[in-house]
Amino acid sequence: MIESNLPALQVILPLIAAPLCVLLRRSSLTWLVAWSASWATAAVSIAILLKVLGSGTISYAFGGWAPPWGIEYRIDPLNAFVLVLVSVVAALIVPYARRSLQAEIRSRQHYLFWTAYQICLTGLLGVTITGDAFNVFVFLEISSLATYILIAYGQDRRALVASYQYLIMGTIGATFIVIGVGLLYLMTGTLNLDDMARRIANMPLYRPELAAMAFLTVGISLKLALFPLHLWLPNAYAYAPSVSTAFLSATATKVAVYLLMRFSYTVFGRSGIFESLPFEEMLIALSLAAMFLASTVAIFQDDVKRMFAYSSIAQIGYMTLGIGLANASGLTGAIVHMFNHAVAKGAIFLLLGCVALRIGQPLMSQLTGLAKRMPLTAAGLVVGGLSLIGIPGTVGFVSKWYLVMAAVEKGWWWLAALVVISSLLAVLYVWRLIEVVYFREPSEKLNEATEAPISMLIPAWLFVFACIYFGLDTSTTVGTAAIAAETLLESLP
Amino acid sequence: MTELASPALILLAAALLVALTRGHWRNAVIFVAPLVTLWAIWQVPDGVAGTVRFLDYMIEPVEGSALRRLFATIFAIMVLTGGLFAFRQARWYELSAAFAYAAGAVGVCFAGDLITLFLFWELMALFSTVIVWCGGTRAARKAGIRYAIMHLLGGVILKVGIEGVVVHTGSVDIRPMLATNFDTWMILIGILINAAAPPLSAWLADAYPESSPTGSVFLSAFTTKTAVIALIMLFPGEPVLIAVGLYMVMYGIIYALLENDARRILAYSIVNQVGFMVCAVGIGTQMALNGAAAHAFAHIIYKALLFMSAGVVVYRTGKNKCTELGGLFRTMPLTTICGIIGALSISSFPLTSGFTTKALISQAAVDQGLAAVYFLLTAASAGVFLHAGIKFPWFVFFQKDSGMRPKDAPWNMAAAMVFFSVLCIVIGVFPEALYRFLPYPVNYHAYTAGKVLFYLQLLLFSGLAFFVMLPWLKRTPTISLDVDWIYRRLFPAITAWICDAVADPLARIGRRIQYMCEATLSRIYRHHGPEGVLARTWPTGSMVMWVAILLACYLVLYYV
Repeated sequence: MIESNLPALQVILPLIAAPLCVLLRRSSLTWLVAWSASWATAAVSIAILLKVLGSGTISYAFGGWAPPWGIEYRIDPLNAFVLVLVSVVAALIVPYARRSLQAEIRSRQHYLFWTAYQICLTGLLGVTITGDAFNVFVFLEISSLATYILIAYGQDRRALVASYQYLIMGTIGATFIVIGVGLLYLMTGTLNLDDMARRIANMPLYRPELAAMAFLTVGISLKLALFPLHLWLPNAYAYAPSVSTAFLSATATKVAVYLLMRFSYTVFGRSGIFESLPFEEMLIALSLAAMFLASTVAIFQDDVKRMFAYSSIAQIGYMTLGIGLANASGLTGAIVHMFNHAVAKGAIFLLLGCVALRIGQPLMSQLTGLAKRMPLTAAGLVVGGLSLIGIPGTVGFVSKWYLVMAAVEKGWWWLAALVVISSLLAVLYVWRLIEVVYFREPSEKLNEATEAPISMLIPAWLFVFACIYFGLDTSTTVGTAAIAAETLLESLP
Repeated sequence: MTELASPALILLAAALLVALTRGHWRNAVIFVAPLVTLWAIWQVPDGVAGTVRFLDYMIEPVEGSALRRLFATIFAIMVLTGGLFAFRQARWYELSAAFAYAAGAVGVCFAGDLITLFLFWELMALFSTVIVWCGGTRAARKAGIRYAIMHLLGGVILKVGIEGVVVHTGSVDIRPMLATNFDTWMILIGILINAAAPPLSAWLADAYPESSPTGSVFLSAFTTKTAVIALIMLFPGEPVLIAVGLYMVMYGIIYALLENDARRILAYSIVNQVGFMVCAVGIGTQMALNGAAAHAFAHIIYKALLFMSAGVVVYRTGKNKCTELGGLFRTMPLTTICGIIGALSISSFPLTSGFTTKALISQAAVDQGLAAVYFLLTAASAGVFLHAGIKFPWFVFFQKDSGMRPKDAPWNMAAAMVFFSVLCIVIGVFPEALYRFLPYPVNYHAYTAGKVLFYLQLLLFSGLAFFVMLPWLKRTPTISLDVDWIYRRLFPAITAWICDAVADPLARIGRRIQYMCEATLSRIYRHHGPEGVLARTWPTGSMVMWVAILLACYLVLYYV
């Protein structure tokens, strides 16, 4: 019974937890609810992944209505992988969040935060798991609305503006997506993604479909913060509470990246967008712009969270680059980079949260001598930073290896060179941090600071360990990503 | 599973232990770990010991051969002696980094495939950077980041090359190749950057002297010599390397002669000595490869010895500059003697290690009929004596009396120096002991009357040249040596003349480049800096405008 309904549970567990949080109100109780719901969700997602890897794609007809009439949850290796990524990250952040929230948000608002957190999780998982185009839009809006709240809770008053800007941009993105979905529905008469893909393949590409693709691409690019649609992201990440930043940076953009893969490959793949349309060229050009410009901006940033927000934009560029390369290595690189970046950025933002607990939102100049006062936090930041650069032995190396490989396989030496050169830009901003943290005397603000509480350090260091572990033992991540890439490529003609 | 445990992992574990333990425990780790490593090195059998799956490849973390064991051995000896030299003076993180750095070097020696090689390669880059930073000064930090960027650049070039080879040949094995296509060129360039080959040789002399007195001892040993073993394994007989090697030899001499900083002189002479080895790899015969390996072995010992003696001086006096030093032999007799033994070794004075190993390379050039190479190498040998053999000890320990009366080396530093001095002489007197371990059988006798006489003549005249030129060397930082009989008699004069002609325009070009860099940087800052157009917070309307523009772009592109 439970086993056959796992796909439904995946979304329903956090969805039920959300109103429970509102009803319970007490900070500690809501935390407990969030804790149990997110860990149960994580367990469900792992069970689903194992099942998919063992016995192939799962199709779950919601309410017993057979697809394509009813809503179908369709889970192949790719979205099973993303489900695990999102729910495990969410689960690991919850224990960390208790202390961090106490410091950053008034305790009578905690239940609202946890409600938004669970709703956001519901939305993200829903977008990932569903096989229905309209469902995608609905869950996307659910997660976005919750995200605006999660950001607006930031202590800095600029968080409100950031949240507002994201609201405007996110709504435009969602509108574009719904326009795209609408146009597709008009042309194919179906909302089921699988069915839609089959029908599109059997007819020539009419103009409304091209328009639908353009709207979908731009709408999704907005959500995943592809350059130059990234402008909402730096402030949103910088001024949100530490917990929100860590959660969103590790999950929200990854789900949008997944969505881009789903539409460009599964839905449109068979109709030849890679041959007849400049889809890859545009994507590669924008990805390169993101990699270089955002990294360069990051080098000069003063606000550390903002610096890593820009670095996120650059790292997203690597993922979209892999999508644009459209071969097995490139997609494997993109998928595995979703995971790898989630771990690295998760670690970094959680550790910055530890710093924020002691001295508030850190500026570069206030982090001086951090290593003397908070050695574990500082060491973790270094490992996360090395991952961003792509030093061998960390996760970043693995994904960049595949991206370079993909470029070389295509014979695009210039692209391989650009990928590796862009990682040297990461050296510069990571170096700035290391220099400040290790080679200066502690600043006045830091003088009193002590190491963060263990309840925050353990989750953060789990991410740090993951940075190294999955950089050395690549069989799990790369293995799954390779299978996922294969299923995506199957849909190409 | 144990056959997969590269001896490098022992050192890596030791690095961790050094970081975690204190006091006597740490000292125990510092001495026991290299010995265990040494033992493990000689347990590695010939051939591939086993494979592991990493990414999509079967990689071979441990592969043994005579050559690999030889290099690994000297690296392990180096860690042991370096540890002895440093353990009371260096800070724990420097020692820990040194062990991890050495682990990288040993790992490269046993790497059976390109991916393993690359992993350990980057490990070295990372931890050697930490050692440079341990210099602790502002200059050391800046040199450290330049050093890191240079090595990461080398790393990415190497990586692109390796991936190219993997894609195009489908094999990750380490096997001899020639620089014939883009992939192999990338690999060659990536390795040569670590060997401090032109045009990117400057990182070495830039960074090493900025490290701490103990750190520079470790730095002198590993990076360039792992590049040499990588070249021996991957590019034996690659003709380009002959030219590259000769250039390095000359480059090292010219700049060392112009230099005033004691440790920087030694750093330039690393480039010079590695040039001999690179050249030998380029010649590529069995004799030449033997020479490269043997010379690397001997070089690590005497170069570390020289850096140790310089390190002791810096440690005791806090001064780097030749002009501020001098006359230290009165109170530092042991350091002086050990420094001189190192200096004689590097100048390949008979009965020292340099004589027995460098001669193999010259002989290989003769055997191949490469007359020009032979003459240039011989000339360079004289140049080495000039800059490292005499200039270094003379200005540091003798010369004028600087008035300083520092104490001699602390006991552990003294012990390390004596140990290496003895090794220098043992290898010099009993070369067969080393020849036995070379990758190919050696049929060569170092001590024939003719060779000894020839070298003594060479050294005598360049020594004479030095003291004749001494007034010029002292008075001005640049040297004009066009005194005619030296000019006719000895090549060092030519090189000095060249440097005079070259140094000035070079400096001018350097200034121009620097100016252009600064201008570019300020332009980048204008756009990317915190207030730049790319970084500032945009009004919502402008954000939306970008959405519209991008949508329009997509629509137009898709429709046409």
